[in-house]
Amino acid sequence: MKLRGKVWKFGADIDTDRIIPARYLNTSDPKELATHCMEDEDPSFASKVRPGDVIVADKNFGCGSSREHAPIALKAAGVACVIARSFARIFYRNAFNMGLPILESAEAVDTAENGDVIEADMDTGEIRNVTKGLGFKARPVPPFMQELVKAGGLLESIKKRGAVV
Amino acid sequence: MRSMTITEKILAKHCGKKEVAPGELINAKVDIALGNDITAPIAIREFRRIGATKVFNKKKVVLVPDHFTPNKDIKSAEQCKILRDFAIEQKLTHYYEGGEVGVEHALLPEKGIVVPGDVVIGADSHTCTYGALGAFSTGVGSTDLAAAMITGELWFKVPQSMKFVFKGRLNKWVSGKDMILRVIGDIGVDGALYRAMEFAGSAIKKLSMDSRMSMCNMAIEAGAKSGIIEPDDVTMAYAAKRAERPFKFYASDDDAVYAGVSEYDCSILEPQVACPHLPENTKNVGEVKNVSIDQVVIGSCTNGRLEDLEVAARILKGKKVHRYVRLIVIPATPLIYAEAMKRGWFDIFLKAGAVISPPTCGPCLGGHMGILAAGERALATTNRNFVGRMGDPRSEVYLANPAVAAATAVKGKIAHPDEVV
Ligand code: SF4
Repeated sequence: MKLRGKVWKFGADIDTDRIIPARYLNTSDPKELATHCMEDEDPSFASKVRPGDVIVADKNFGCGSSREHAPIALKAAGVACVIARSFARIFYRNAFNMGLPILESAEAVDTAENGDVIEADMDTGEIRNVTKGLGFKARPVPPFMQELVKAGGLLESIKKRGAVV
Repeated sequence: MRSMTITEKILAKHCGKKEVAPGELINAKVDIALGNDITAPIAIREFRRIGATKVFNKKKVVLVPDHFTPNKDIKSAEQCKILRDFAIEQKLTHYYEGGEVGVEHALLPEKGIVVPGDVVIGADSHTCTYGALGAFSTGVGSTDLAAAMITGELWFKVPQSMKFVFKGRLNKWVSGKDMILRVIGDIGVDGALYRAMEFAGSAIKKLSMDSRMSMCNMAIEAGAKSGIIEPDDVTMAYAAKRAERPFKFYASDDDAVYAGVSEYDCSILEPQVACPHLPENTKNVGEVKNVSIDQVVIGSCTNGRLEDLEVAARILKGKKVHRYVRLIVIPATPLIYAEAMKRGWFDIFLKAGAVISPPTCGPCLGGHMGILAAGERALATTNRNFVGRMGDPRSEVYLANPAVAAATAVKGKIAHPDEVV
């Protein structure tokens, strides 16, 4: 799977309350969540983000709560992929379980600026900053997790195993 | 056989292997799968979407609508109704609402639903609390919860463990909350990313179960997968009268391998305060004195237990909350609520001018029952002080133990308990 989009750059330790503030968690409707995505960090984000855009963030992206509303809001807002120096554990797990593409690459993060155009190949982990003419390789994803994504997420893989009653 | 940590031993047992090593991907049996009114609606939607009709075990799927309850508005009422309908349909043993509901991570251990040696997953990041009982417990997402509800299993990567050894006697007004805040201050909010934090040492052995839960509760604030304490006499005394199932004590081998071992001398530890907007911004309370405060919250899955209310009552006895401070006290469960009332602490709180809330997460996540306006500042015994966590994004939250919180409520600015008592 290949992606191409414009960069939205964020700092370190972007917590789940910033991705989707808890005050909006009385719903799980993706469209509604999307309208508040990143609201406390950048109030204009939800109205300006375009389908296919890429979030590039520093370390520990998605720390805090276990809410799947965070990857759901990002996906519904049109974010195609998140590239970060590192991800918080539950966010990382959630992203794979529900099919939000994410990649870890310190170099891609260090060199990217707001508005750069970035290409990412989710199969090979290759990232290209088209604006700057730079190429990087993301940290490889364990084969088990690649399988999860190929199966269409955790629940689909369970279904294929015939474990649903 | 390789030497293992307590975490590795519990995981090995639950995936039917003699041994496991950090980094290994396993499928483990889950003893308890927990969801709340925020995360379970998505899990239930996914459960139905893939055609599941029955949970793997009606005694082991636990639903606790505690975040926006008593229902805050129509939307949250609808979320809670999804849980209620599902609990009735599946005949779940453990579903709590109305006057039976409590903050999930206080409620489950208290009712003996989680026991030592368990593997527990919860679609809530503070599920790591139950490590205090010597269980492996970790927060996951709603999709994981759906998978566990269906199969009774879940995939895990065996984490590396980090050991934190606490020695020396705790000073007056210092509790488990300060120990964990100090650690987070030292290693940062991703200092234990993907790892299990094991708390050990002579000071831990002497620590109450309530304080142990405060510590394990905040392991996630250092990015950890879990926090754990080897079970001992304190655990036995706690679990023996509550556990609804047989339980097992595991212990780390003496020569188990850790990603790091650090030592702390409790005798030099002062009450800690985590300043906005990350739990790692910790300081000694003396360094942040005189910061004026509009609201104090004593409660949550971190510090809403009996020990916490007791110390608050001790400080507030015969005192008045500062004229321009709102003090909100939230006993974490109905049992704690009843006990606090019986012991006369409600009189103390009410005379001091506090609001006593029914058990709920409420303001901890900026839900309801105590939301901050722009520019307002709170000191709370909760676990997160992220931007907007308790209300407007321009408000601020400081984190501390209940003694500091009570003293601060009296003074109207961040205060050391000694200044008040
Ligand atoms: S009390 Fe706060 S941290 Fe604990 S479960 Fe509720 S919202 Fe989460």
